[in-house]
Amino acid sequence: MINILTTHWSDFVHGFGITLLSSIIALIISMILGTGFAILEIVPNKLVNTIAHIYIQIFRNIPLLVVTMFFYVVVTQFVKMSGLVAGTIGLALYTSAFIAETVRAGILAVDKGQTEGARANGLTYWQTMRIIVLPQAFKIVIPPLGNQFINLVKNSSILAFVAGFDLMYQGNEIASTTFDTIDTYVVVGLFYLVITLPLSYYMRYLENKLA
Amino acid sequence: MPVRKYKLFGLVTFLMLMLLTLSACGNETALTKQNEYDKVNTSKQMVWGVKADTRLFGLMNIKTGKIEGFDVDMAKEITKRIDPKAKPVFVQVTSQTRIPLLKNGNIQAIIATMTGTPERAKIVDFSKPYFNAGQSLLVVKGSKIKDVNDLNHKGVTVLGTVGSNSVINIKKVAPKAHVLQLQDYAQALTALKSGQGDALTTDNGILYGMSEQNPTTRVVGGTFTKEPYSVAIDKNQAELKNAINKAIAAIHKDGTYDRLVKKWFSNVPGFNWRTLLND
Amino acid sequence: MQEFLNAYTSINLIFLLKGLWITIEVSLISGALSFVIGSFLGVIRYAKFPVISMVVGFIVDILRNLPLLLIIFFTYFGLPNFGIRLNIMTSAIAALTVFEAAMIAEIVRSGIISVPIGQTEGARANGLTGAQTMWHIILPQAYKRMIPPLVSQLISLIKDTSLATIIVLPELTYHAQIIYGQNNSYMIPMFLAIAVMYFIVNYCLSLVGTWFGRRGNKTA
Repeated sequence: MINILTTHWSDFVHGFGITLLSSIIALIISMILGTGFAILEIVPNKLVNTIAHIYIQIFRNIPLLVVTMFFYVVVTQFVKMSGLVAGTIGLALYTSAFIAETVRAGILAVDKGQTEGARANGLTYWQTMRIIVLPQAFKIVIPPLGNQFINLVKNSSILAFVAGFDLMYQGNEIASTTFDTIDTYVVVGLFYLVITLPLSYYMRYLENKLA
Repeated sequence: MPVRKYKLFGLVTFLMLMLLTLSACGNETALTKQNEYDKVNTSKQMVWGVKADTRLFGLMNIKTGKIEGFDVDMAKEITKRIDPKAKPVFVQVTSQTRIPLLKNGNIQAIIATMTGTPERAKIVDFSKPYFNAGQSLLVVKGSKIKDVNDLNHKGVTVLGTVGSNSVINIKKVAPKAHVLQLQDYAQALTALKSGQGDALTTDNGILYGMSEQNPTTRVVGGTFTKEPYSVAIDKNQAELKNAINKAIAAIHKDGTYDRLVKKWFSNVPGFNWRTLLND
Repeated sequence: MQEFLNAYTSINLIFLLKGLWITIEVSLISGALSFVIGSFLGVIRYAKFPVISMVVGFIVDILRNLPLLLIIFFTYFGLPNFGIRLNIMTSAIAALTVFEAAMIAEIVRSGIISVPIGQTEGARANGLTGAQTMWHIILPQAYKRMIPPLVSQLISLIKDTSLATIIVLPELTYHAQIIYGQNNSYMIPMFLAIAVMYFIVNYCLSLVGTWFGRRGNKTA
């Protein structure tokens, strides 16, 4: 196992970097989209609510692999993009639906009296949302958002299906050239755990602190 | 918080130890393998790893759910000659999964468009070759790529499948090209047609199968390597290996081989199937 | 358009439905198994037995933090080294069960924590043992609260089954790939078809989950 790690160190590190990069970019995009759709789902406009609801339900109920493959083999016929880009877009859209649900729950958890008070003091709907509600909502949803990021890192292994050069892809390549299957995947697993395990303990610590 | 840190450290150490023992145990038990030749005779079945996405060699028939192709027919003939009462059982494999499955005993033999390379021969045994294949290129019609020399430029992307020998070859022949490895041939062909790469490389027989089904693609440049296919079995299975070699020789001798080659390759446009018969 | 409709021959649709059936079969079996195992692990972790709870906690945390793809590889390629030889179907079920059981263990643990501590104290004061309290008082209340997260876990499970295409499990996504791999003009129709199939199954499940969630809130 140590042998695999030392001989393929640069491949592992390269894959690790791609996994991390893709996860972070997907997180940023999905945070923006997710927050946007969370707000659209609660604004006082039935049509907008329905559109947001449909978007969220579509991405919540279809497998990530299907979403990603769709971008990789169908969308690329019209817009050229690499597997890494297609995979990251798929990851971002998929995750945005879950983040939308999380943020919406956070917004609804903010005390209604706060909104009423702000509106009574002359703030518009959007001002109230931006200044009063969202900052509090984000505080509430930090632990679940952290868990979404952990999911994102794990889910980024989907890039292996679209030749995205991530950790899992490198692992597959190393395993199939060295034939040292189990050892290679143990190393790959350790690399994932380096990101996800400390993060999940930190999120649990935050949850306990907030509770 | 020192207690927390200590706990985390303990956890990581525990994990490492667990994984080390896990991989150590794995290697030890792998040595005690049974005689697969005897197993074919007693269980009256022989478990083969075959492709399910490769036209002409091993392809799923959507109507019947059965896998059909040259490799599958060869497996049936070989099984029949090892033990007339034994039934061939087919497990679907990809280039990536076939060797681990053979090593861990899920399948007894691989007949899945597999070339017996020296690297692979270190961990599995190969029978005598049963099919003369050579690596070639598939491109979309109208492509500027005429042969393998056109690939060795920056910005050229070549598609292949994870774990296939052709990917290793192309990295040697065209080191400047960018290589993408997909899960199986269906994915790789889809990627070629959706413009993810400039050429798809694998063995000529497989490529002709693809171009037959997809008139917008064509095989170019002839073969640039020799990739004869063999049956792979696990190490230390000399009896099974000898039985397979004997069966392949018999298949050649009694005319079955010519019949199978004609059945699968005589109707493929652009492919001179008669060259397969001259060893 | 004509080409689009040509993709939906009865042969192709039957092939897809066979795949959907495998998806559902694998999901239901591993769902049931992981519910039992996950509940057990969740209770052990909550109970804080010395050493045992710690070890179970570690294992659950490790499994929860690994990509499912890796766990699928480990069961399919690794388990046979220990003399456990599984076919594609059973190793997919084993991998999904192990992964989802770890997820459910966490759901169960937080479900138990959410039951007010007064319930435990009351039951113990009335002379019930720890195990009796857990079985008769805490778990029934905890499960009522856990129905919505458990249903969304089942939806995840159905979606996750598609990852087993990597070991060639003949489920819905793999069957779609086989069809469009043989005729590329069927690609978009096939994606549409499987997206609709997954959506219908999962959306119906999520409606059931919300319904139970509402009912749970009313009685609570």
